[in-house]
Amino acid sequence: METNLNKAQPNGNLFFVNLKYLVLGVFFGIVFVKAEIVSWFRIQEMFRLGAFHMYGVIGTAVLVGMLSVYLIKKFKIKTISGEVVVIPPKKFHKGQIYGGLIFGIGWAITGACPGPLFAQIGAGFLAVMITLLSAIAGTWLYGRFQSRLPH
Amino acid sequence: MLEIIKQPWSWYVAGILIGLTVPALLLLGNKPFGISSSLKHMCAACMPAKIPLFQYNWKHEAWNLFFVAGILIGGFVAGQFLGGNQPVHIAERTKEQLQALGLTDFSTLLPLDVFGTSQIFTVRGLIFLVFGGLMVGFGTRYADGCTSGHSIMGLSNLQWPSLVATICFMVGGFFSTWVLLPLIFQLF
Repeated sequence: METNLNKAQPNGNLFFVNLKYLVLGVFFGIVFVKAEIVSWFRIQEMFRLGAFHMYGVIGTAVLVGMLSVYLIKKFKIKTISGEVVVIPPKKFHKGQIYGGLIFGIGWAITGACPGPLFAQIGAGFLAVMITLLSAIAGTWLYGRFQSRLPH
Repeated sequence: MLEIIKQPWSWYVAGILIGLTVPALLLLGNKPFGISSSLKHMCAACMPAKIPLFQYNWKHEAWNLFFVAGILIGGFVAGQFLGGNQPVHIAERTKEQLQALGLTDFSTLLPLDVFGTSQIFTVRGLIFLVFGGLMVGFGTRYADGCTSGHSIMGLSNLQWPSLVATICFMVGGFFSTWVLLPLIFQLF
């Protein structure tokens, strides 16, 4: 999804324009590790219905996100640069079923969705670099065969 | 204060902070929360190979790459300075089930008898790292989003396709956990 914010920026500013997202990412990575969301054990515990932890994390995050989006829409809160907040809608296609099942299989094996992969590497699990490279390769393979897959 | 931070964080603190990432990204620059897109931008940047999916100016989406770079740094900070690499206190029942599968290492966030660097060139590594990674990358792009893009951002915005995707993530995960993992662990 193309966004308009950075289009007018010359490349030299790329770093400074995006620095705030790096800072937010650092904060986010710390939460990921400290709440053990990046732990393969926690993901297994979730799929084995061993504890409430992961359901609590995801459920709370969805509720807070939902309330935030509701408030932004209701009070027409603008971005810090004064833009109207636009959230691109998700279009349904069969990929959400097939792709969703495939990702779910991978999620339980790797114990990570894409975000936690980065946090795991940062936390010192260097073998996960192989997982990340494989995930990039998987993304590329999807692109390569996109036109032949049911959607 | 630092002592409190060094303890594992509870699910509601984590849930609230992750949920707040949604408005933070929207208000900082109209960015929809989503992490799997970063993998697409890396393909577009490094190896577009005339594939239609990767024909766009990835630099316009560079914020996403800065965000995931930040996540990596955050993982480092938490692991090195905030006590992030402690044993995970999972449910006793789950631990027993995993031991029954043959796992022995419960000393840190990931079992090192599967995800240690010594496993990279083994059959185990091939399955857990390479096969698992391929499924994650292929599946998220096919589904047009992952846990962040669909389960958190999409559900926050009341998108029903995201609910379908989230249910399928869970079904795939249950299948993988209860059917595939026992088969995989029998291999070695």
